[in-house]
Amino acid sequence: MKKYTSYFQIREDIEKGITSCQKLVNYYLKNIHAKKHLNCFLEVYRDEALARAEQIDQKLTRGQAGRLAGMVIALKDVLCYKDHALQAGSKILQGFESQFTATAVQRLLDEDVIIIGRNNCDEFAMGSSCENSAYGPVLNDLDHERVPGGSSGGAAVAVQTDMCLVSLGTDTGGSVRQPASFCGIVGLKPTYSRISRYGLLAYASSFDIIGIFSHCVKDCALVLEIIAGNDEFDSTVSQKEVPSYSTDLNYSGKAKIAYIKETLVNHGLNSEVKNKTLEKLDFLSHQGHTVEAVDFPLLDYVLPTYYILTTAEASSNLSRYDGVKYGYRSSNGHNLESMYKKTRSEGFGEEVIRRIMLGTFVLSANYYDAYYTKAQKVRRLIKEKTKKLLSHYDFIMLPTSPTTAFKLGEHTSNPLEMYLADLFTVQASVAGIPSISIPNGLDSNGMPIGLQIMADDFQEANLLAFSKYIMDN
Amino acid sequence: MIWRSIEKHTGMQVDRLIRDKYTVVIGLEVHAQLLTASKIYAPDSNQFGCDPNTNISVITLGHPGVMPKLNKKVVEYAIKMGLACHSEISPVNIFDRKNYFYPDLPKGYQLTQDTTPICQGGYIPIRLKNGETQEIGLFKIHIEEDAGKSIHAEGESDTLVDFNRAGVPLIEIVTKPEIISSVEATVLLSEIRRLVRYLDICDGDMEKGSMRCDANVSVMLNGADQLGNKVEVKNMNSIRNVQRAIDHEIKRQILELEKGNQIPSETRTFNDNSGTTSGMREKEQLNDYRYFPEPDLSPLIISKEWLADIKQSMPELPRQLLDKFISEYQLPEYDAQFLTDSKTMAHYFIELCELTHNYKAASNWIMGPVKSYLNDNGMGMSDFPIEPKRLSDLIKMADVGKISFTVASQKVFPQLLSNSNITADAVVKDLNLVQDSDTGNIQPLIDEVLASLPDKVEAYKKGKKGLLGLFMGEVMKKSEGKANPRLTNELLKKCLDQSFEQPLKGYRKRN
Repeated sequence: MKKYTSYFQIREDIEKGITSCQKLVNYYLKNIHAKKHLNCFLEVYRDEALARAEQIDQKLTRGQAGRLAGMVIALKDVLCYKDHALQAGSKILQGFESQFTATAVQRLLDEDVIIIGRNNCDEFAMGSSCENSAYGPVLNDLDHERVPGGSSGGAAVAVQTDMCLVSLGTDTGGSVRQPASFCGIVGLKPTYSRISRYGLLAYASSFDIIGIFSHCVKDCALVLEIIAGNDEFDSTVSQKEVPSYSTDLNYSGKAKIAYIKETLVNHGLNSEVKNKTLEKLDFLSHQGHTVEAVDFPLLDYVLPTYYILTTAEASSNLSRYDGVKYGYRSSNGHNLESMYKKTRSEGFGEEVIRRIMLGTFVLSANYYDAYYTKAQKVRRLIKEKTKKLLSHYDFIMLPTSPTTAFKLGEHTSNPLEMYLADLFTVQASVAGIPSISIPNGLDSNGMPIGLQIMADDFQEANLLAFSKYIMDN
Repeated sequence: MIWRSIEKHTGMQVDRLIRDKYTVVIGLEVHAQLLTASKIYAPDSNQFGCDPNTNISVITLGHPGVMPKLNKKVVEYAIKMGLACHSEISPVNIFDRKNYFYPDLPKGYQLTQDTTPICQGGYIPIRLKNGETQEIGLFKIHIEEDAGKSIHAEGESDTLVDFNRAGVPLIEIVTKPEIISSVEATVLLSEIRRLVRYLDICDGDMEKGSMRCDANVSVMLNGADQLGNKVEVKNMNSIRNVQRAIDHEIKRQILELEKGNQIPSETRTFNDNSGTTSGMREKEQLNDYRYFPEPDLSPLIISKEWLADIKQSMPELPRQLLDKFISEYQLPEYDAQFLTDSKTMAHYFIELCELTHNYKAASNWIMGPVKSYLNDNGMGMSDFPIEPKRLSDLIKMADVGKISFTVASQKVFPQLLSNSNITADAVVKDLNLVQDSDTGNIQPLIDEVLASLPDKVEAYKKGKKGLLGLFMGEVMKKSEGKANPRLTNELLKKCLDQSFEQPLKGYRKRN
């Protein structure tokens, strides 16, 4: 069976009788089985997917199928799906099954997607390499010694290796864009609050957003237009109307593009990544678009701001995993306090514990103003400055990550080195603006390079159209 | 009196002279559970007394992935209390997380308002015994969620947790430290309870825990320029216990200071049996709650229109009704106080006054027969079985002299109580109780009574005018209570005074 990289091809072929949901599911299941060693699925919903495929095939024959019939997807292990296990790549949620379905997932189900399984990820979405899962690391299919990026690495590899067409990840500081870049696919982080977070297991609530992995921009646009929008279960979600992103993807006219000088002189930036980025900027300039270098002196503060605020929120969000109500409970506790301590020490991995400690520290009475309050102020500045740039320019362009996929274990001994992998992605997260990573060639090792494009709040339609234009040219 | 009883109980003695050297400063923190149909952030029922863990959903239990959704009714109720207390209503409200670990706290944090309470400032006027009104200032009233309940069953080593209460909406009313005695504290607490009940936002039941009070108590030498260290006393489940706890705490602190000891700032718990307070674990006080703004809730904006709607829906408050009863109904303050004590009572009375215009008579009825019936049966006004219409008919009958007050209260009233279908009119007809105002019927009875008591008549003539009551009583008895008392009185006097001049033959004959 041929490899599909677009849902529209699939739907066309289904109409022509060339393929069917059942054929597709069998094909993906075969790939999943063949590439088990990549460890990108924590659970495969084999029987369920096959049964659903049969039902949807019947619906298709009757002409009653939803807008996503024939789309097979996978979910990062932080998205709730009723009666299915939810572990966030952590031991602490051992045996836990969600009792409800995330709003975004439900909207996809309502349009007849088939969910094929649950993807491995960094524990509680904390990490940039997918090495922080309690269920073992995920491997990059292009080089098994290299990481797929994180934290949504499993979901990225599932699309990379044709185990499903589209997958949902979550992006708090780059967790969709960076693995998309490392795996050579498209990864979209929409505007903060564009999609309901109900059913997204929280890491840092004021940053978290569901993101989409796909091969082509159009699939991304289609899924976004279905899952985005108002939701009665999330009072922070945007009430703004959702445009039909997938039907209006033609970019005509000339764009004004800024690139941030500081990103291209950063000493951590790999020269091949830099060159590919400059080449693309050159190309766009030759196409008649305006490309200008701008200063963004706050770049140095983006990462510290991000880590202070996200760890603060995480330390609180993860308090509920205490062994009292569900999930893992240590049997070594002899009273309430030791039950708490043992449960959390045994149940959480090293990186999660590090971030909880950091977050607890920055919120503690003696350091609150020096860290948390200051970081909130800096966040506002970063947002204002970024938005100011975007009032002059349509897009900001920069590499998705300073490097291509690094080797397993390369940064595990030094967390700060690992945090630098997020250097270019956190700006959009801190500012809450939409950002996408699209493939931008390969390095000399054959590893993919990602190009990141940021746009102003709720400018997804423009961002997607322009991304498609770049990928098509 | 209470002072003495505590001394007896605890063996603590503080000389009045020593006590008078100190100034007491008290502030209250009152939690009131709001009577909304559902919880503050989840659609679960907010009904009290259900089987454990039946009013719980994934949101209440803090399952991964859930988000809170604010119940607008909670906001409305909190604003009502704020308006009743003359507070400023914050147009922009941020919710904050208060982080701590406890098994009955499902999310590991409580959602509260740390920096932007919905109601800022304000005051509650209280009436002191000497008749003066004192305004007790408020710092704030804020919205928060209740925690679940840990249950330590007797003989069980395990602690069980009931999450029904988790997420029940609360308001916390925080007063300024402007209370100077335990009596003032209890008067304030009673007033708060009356307000929440009038507003229908909380049932005010301290025993059930739907209203809870913590007291911050400190003492200092008179004229000192710095307040003493404050001690927070918790776990008082009645207004009386709040008074006991504060009294004990004042004494304890004074005794410590007199011994030359410092009062550490701490949290103490009140023990109902011993009437004393004791220090809670040191750890409770080392909690750093790490408040920060809740990112799962958008800031709550109170629009002018919304606020105006809520203002519009405010019921009349006890103080307004008190004024109305005094000025409009011309009632003595004592009556007005009694009648406005509860909302059901006040509203019953207003209804009554729409049906009868003898307000004082209506008040006498409520404070007389109605009150004793309620007291005898341990009932509240809401349980009172006679609707205002039936009672007003009865009051009118007595008022116009169709029946006497005695007949009305002793014969008709009990019938109305026991039979909810019957009217006063029917009872009076049935039992033939219409007051007799016919001289032709009463005069023979008078004649009969005077004839039967010649000695007394003699005594009356000699000046023992007090005997008139006796004659009245006898005539009333003979008339089975129906004789019009005023007319009877008149006729009796006339007879007796006449007999001074020309004694009636008949009397002598019988003699």
